[in-house]
Amino acid sequence: MFIAAMLGVLATMLLALVRALKGPTVYDRVLAVNMFGTKTVLLLAVIGFLTGRPDFLDLSLVYVLINFIGTIAILKFVEFGSQASNKEEARA
Amino acid sequence: MSDFIADIALQINLVDIVLLAFLVVVAGAVIQVRDLFEAVVLLGIFSLLSACIFTTLDAVDVAFTEAAVGAGISTVLFLATLTLTAREEKAQYRHSWSGFIVCTLTGGALIYGTLDMPHFGELNAPIHRHVAPRYIVESPEEIGVPNMVTSVLASYRGYDTLGETTVIFTAGLTVLLLLRRDRRSRDRSTSPPTIETTDRRGSHTMRHAMVLRVMSKLFIPLILLFALYVQFHGDFGPGGGFQAGVIFAAAFVLYALIHGIEAAQRVAPTARVQVFVALGLLLFIGTGLASLFAGGNFLEYKVLAHQASHGEHLGILFIELGVGITVAAVIINTFFFFAGRGRT
Amino acid sequence: MDTLIHLASWLCLLLGCCFCLIGGVGLLRLPDFYSRIHGGGVTDTLGAGLVISGLMLQGGLSLTTAKLAMILLFLLLTSPVATHAIARAAQHSGLKPQVTDAAA
Repeated sequence: MFIAAMLGVLATMLLALVRALKGPTVYDRVLAVNMFGTKTVLLLAVIGFLTGRPDFLDLSLVYVLINFIGTIAILKFVEFGSQASNKEEARA
Repeated sequence: MSDFIADIALQINLVDIVLLAFLVVVAGAVIQVRDLFEAVVLLGIFSLLSACIFTTLDAVDVAFTEAAVGAGISTVLFLATLTLTAREEKAQYRHSWSGFIVCTLTGGALIYGTLDMPHFGELNAPIHRHVAPRYIVESPEEIGVPNMVTSVLASYRGYDTLGETTVIFTAGLTVLLLLRRDRRSRDRSTSPPTIETTDRRGSHTMRHAMVLRVMSKLFIPLILLFALYVQFHGDFGPGGGFQAGVIFAAAFVLYALIHGIEAAQRVAPTARVQVFVALGLLLFIGTGLASLFAGGNFLEYKVLAHQASHGEHLGILFIELGVGITVAAVIINTFFFFAGRGRT
Repeated sequence: MDTLIHLASWLCLLLGCCFCLIGGVGLLRLPDFYSRIHGGGVTDTLGAGLVISGLMLQGGLSLTTAKLAMILLFLLLTSPVATHAIARAAQHSGLKPQVTDAAA
């Protein structure tokens, strides 16, 4: 039944991917990427159990941390980017 | 031709097909999207998918590095660069037919070339016949490290790893040389860091970041500890110097993102970090020289201790440490230089 | 006892997958960004937590379970914080929630 779990996670990844491609604003895409990242963590853990190699859990662990850092980075820079352009408009 | 297809059908399974299809779709979207921040976000998904594909191909160390570098650090550096330029891609009004033809011809030539290659996973492929069986058979006795990838990377192919570390070092050096003068002249012209930007950024960060600040104080020690674990666990599982260095740098990047670049530079002053960039490579070369002085060849670890496999363990430990230090310092340095530029 | 743990773990896995799927559908179908955050964020954490708990029950008492416990801990800490950060950033940049029906 690991296969069923893996298929479920893959289906959710597909749904998140569609939102990432469609999302009108950039925040929709960021939300979708965050969700995609969490699903990747689950997928890697389930694949690890499926193939009987628990080493893959290190990969999942890294991915949880990197997903968080990536999301925070995107938010910071999107806000700061818009701030910088706002300031230039205010100055000009 | 029919057993060619049967061969392929045996090896590729459903997960691979689905993931590769996702990859194509995301790649198409990245090209098509106009807002560059959104393109960077989609590139994050791209590298995630690549990490999953590497995992299904059983290449866990590569997947590890791809997850850490591609989705984390690359995204951050792309974003730091994007704050310096326009946010939207310039509209292209003319389509280039010559470009299209060149791409199609090159792609077609490459695909035609792969038809000559041995089938995926075939037992008699040359890559499985010459050096690989020797490594697989001899590595447990000669080196005794459970993770064969580490033993090949660090000991059998130690020169290649030395070359890779030198490349990373050179890249860090180049960033330093190209961007440093810019910073110094800018610092001289605008004397103290403009209160306006700090205050504006400071007040903006304060409002938004109470939850983030508290959580980051919880996470950053855990991330650093995990980086150390990955560094020393590389002998037994996926990991090693490269991945550990990236994760270590990611902790500093997180700190800089939440508390500001000035605070991060008080923790890790640029001059100190630059010393570490060189120190890692020196450690690597020093291990090689130590084996020269001990009577063997350059990077021949087994002369470093009384028993051959102990010597190998010692050698691998030191060079992985060197690689980790250089990678971490280069990434921290590059991030500081990139992210510190878009401030006025 | 063994079969009980086995059953519990399958149950957790399936429930977790269901929640993840519900979250995914919510991400697609809900009309507005702020409602999508509810769908995405809450079910994300819950579904992931259930799946990892199911895997933990499968693993028994070992290093694997300890690593899964750490993954669970990190997920429980980072996922809500990330969702909060996304919502806060969207609000600061001026994205307004949709307060009326699209048809009206």
